[in-house]
Formats: sequence, C-alpha cells, structure tokens
Amino acid sequence: MTSDGSAERLPPALRTEALEQLLTERGLVDPDAMDRLITQYETNVGPLNGAKVVARAWTDPAYRRRLLDDGTAAIAELGFGGPQGEYVVVVENTATTHNVVVCTLCSCYPWPVLGLPPSWYKDPAYRARMVREPRTVLSEMGLELPGDVEIIVRDSTSEVRWLVLPERPAGTEGLTEEQLVPLVTRDAMVGVARVEAP
Amino acid sequence: MDGIADMGGTRGWGPTHPPRIDEPVFEEPWQGRAFALGIFSIPVAGWNVDAFRHATERLDRTAYLDDGYYGRWLNSAELMLTESAILAPAAIDARARNLRGEHVEEPPIPEPARPDYAPTAEGSLRTVDVAPAFAAGERVRARDMSPPGHTRLPAYARGHTGVVDVVQPAEVLPDTNAHFLGENPQHVYSVRFDSRELWGAGTEPFAVTVDLFESYLEKIA
Repeated sequence: MTSDGSAERLPPALRTEALEQLLTERGLVDPDAMDRLITQYETNVGPLNGAKVVARAWTDPAYRRRLLDDGTAAIAELGFGGPQGEYVVVVENTATTHNVVVCTLCSCYPWPVLGLPPSWYKDPAYRARMVREPRTVLSEMGLELPGDVEIIVRDSTSEVRWLVLPERPAGTEGLTEEQLVPLVTRDAMVGVARVEAP
Repeated sequence: MDGIADMGGTRGWGPTHPPRIDEPVFEEPWQGRAFALGIFSIPVAGWNVDAFRHATERLDRTAYLDDGYYGRWLNSAELMLTESAILAPAAIDARARNLRGEHVEEPPIPEPARPDYAPTAEGSLRTVDVAPAFAAGERVRARDMSPPGHTRLPAYARGHTGVVDVVQPAEVLPDTNAHFLGENPQHVYSVRFDSRELWGAGTEPFAVTVDLFESYLEKIA
C-alpha cells in the first residue's frame, strides 16, 4: 500500500486472494471455516432476527418489558446471540422520542440481530454527521421527523450494542406476530426509518 | 488516538447515501473473504479485537478509505499479521503480483512474534469489585485528553459536560488491552450530551449518548 501514489496500488480482490493463499497454505486459516462464516452472515444472521424480536415485543407486553430491561437476555430467549451481541441495550422509539444508532469510531453494530452493517452505516458521511446534524441526515435518508420529536443519537463507543425498538404503526392492530415480522426493516431498527403499515 | 477513524463531527464527507433495498451483504466476493480473513487472523496473530481496531485506526487515509469497509478489514489484517511477524512486510503484494502472472521473489516467512497476551475470559464484559464512581443523573466531564495510543473516547466529546444516563456493565479497557498491557476492566457509562454543549449555541437541539469508560470521566467540582 502507498499513500503518496509512488507505487501501484494492487486491487483489493487480488490482495485478498493473496492473503488467503498465504495463510491457508501454512494451515493457519481453514478455507472451509471461512466459507461457513461467510454463509452464516449471508443467510442466517441478518435483520430478520431483529424483526422477530420487534414483532414479539409488539405483541407480548411482558416480553417488551423484559426486552427493554435486559435486551441481551430477551434476545437470547429467541435464540439470538454471538459476536458483537455480548451486551445489547434496546431503546424504544415513540411519537415523542426518536433514537438513532451510529458508531463514529468504526462501524460497531449488533450483528446477532441485524447482521453485518449496510453500506450507508459504514459511510464516513453517516459516521461524521449523525452526531452533529441528525435531523438533516435523517431527512437526507428519507425520514422527516416533526420538529417537536426529541432525537437521541446513540454513539456505540464501547461494547454496548444498541437496537431500536421501532414504534408499531397505526393500522396494524389486527395483525399477528407472524404478519408483523416482514414489516420490520433493518433501517427502522437502526433508527433511520419508521415502520410503515402495509 | 487522533486520526481518520475518529470521524464524529468532522466535515467534508458530502451527503449521506440513502439505504438501498436488497443490498447484498457482500457486494463482491472478495469482501466476504476479507471479512473472514480478518476474523480468523486475530487468533493467528495472538491479538484481540481492541488491538485489531487500533490497527485499523493506524491505517493511512488511502488504506482506510479507498477500498471501503472490507478494504479496512484486509489492510488491518495485513498490519496485524506483519507486526506479529506471521507475514513478512510486502508478502501480500508479492504474492498478489505472482497471482497475476508476474515473477517476483517473495520474502521468507519470518519468525512469529506474537504478543505476550492471553484474555482472562471470553468477550469484553467483566465484573469489578469497586462500586461505580458515578451515578445515573450525575453531571460529569469527559477528560480533555489526546492519548497517542488506542482510546474509545471520541474527540468531539472531550472536555464537554454531560449527564450519566445509564451505568452499564464493566468492560475490558480498550486503551490498555489494545496494547497488551492488561484488561483493566472499568465501569462504563452512557453519558448524555446536549448538542449545544458539543457544537455550540446555534446547533439544532438533540442529545447524543456516548458510552465512556470510567477513566475517561471526571467529576464536576
């Protein structure tokens, strides 16, 4: 790598292949374990997990209370846990309070319930500006909040991982837990969107 | 440390990019490989997650930014594996050139120099015997410090006054753990700052909570 442009920068795909070869030919990393890890995050560990947590909280008041009191334990009740989910704190968005999550120092994110972070969450513009002009940033991302809504930005600077419990949309009173799950989006659980009724 | 990774409040990044529906987890196959190599390289190097994050924040601007998030994983893994002498400097580039048909001499495998480090338990949560120094509702000031090594005290909070919102469980202190100088677990506090305290009177009103280790904070006289 160079920072002054004095030598050619090789493409990251090629350098990644080189690193994998250097480590696997010495038996230091198992390529099958790599495949399993990648598949795990491509197929099993994603925002559907968090959506199940949210839908349960919307339909089971006792679960909602446990989730807000001890997020990690309540999430584990549904079978979710693992790396970057050692201690999860759940905060509730309401008509008057809006929480939104960022990691200004890297891209910390609650992997067991949301999977790996989306590109916008890792974007320097999001990381830099969310703690300085959140209302403007949320507007750019398509969420207009009324002026009297209090915004609380959660900067993930320790191993605490934040999950937003979105407000249940009006008009969904008749829906079951299973019918609510597909309405809950990743973006709403980070706090850059609301959940919309179908 | 002060550097490009500490982005909170910095200017010049342009607009945010609205979420895309159905964005794949890994846009290109190499990104998944780089992610997995980063995860599995940490124990190979004998490092920990704090040291890995410190490697990331020591990357230069090009290595940090130009190949995106998974480029950071790749370049951090290279720095870590080079510093622990699992790989020789430039070993990756030499192999990459050979992979595309050049014939360059690859550096010999060095003698590994893993740090003298072992965690006392899995993960980052720990129990500590001392009571928390601060209570919920107490006004505290984030220290105005700029340590040369790793820290999780973002620059934008330094010197500013907030209120302890929640006392969180104790965690391994990244500032020492990243340098293999001990876990030194401490209480962590979610400290709530008013936007006008952080950014000035003309700022839009909102609050930011920052999760700060006890040694980052001082009592207000």
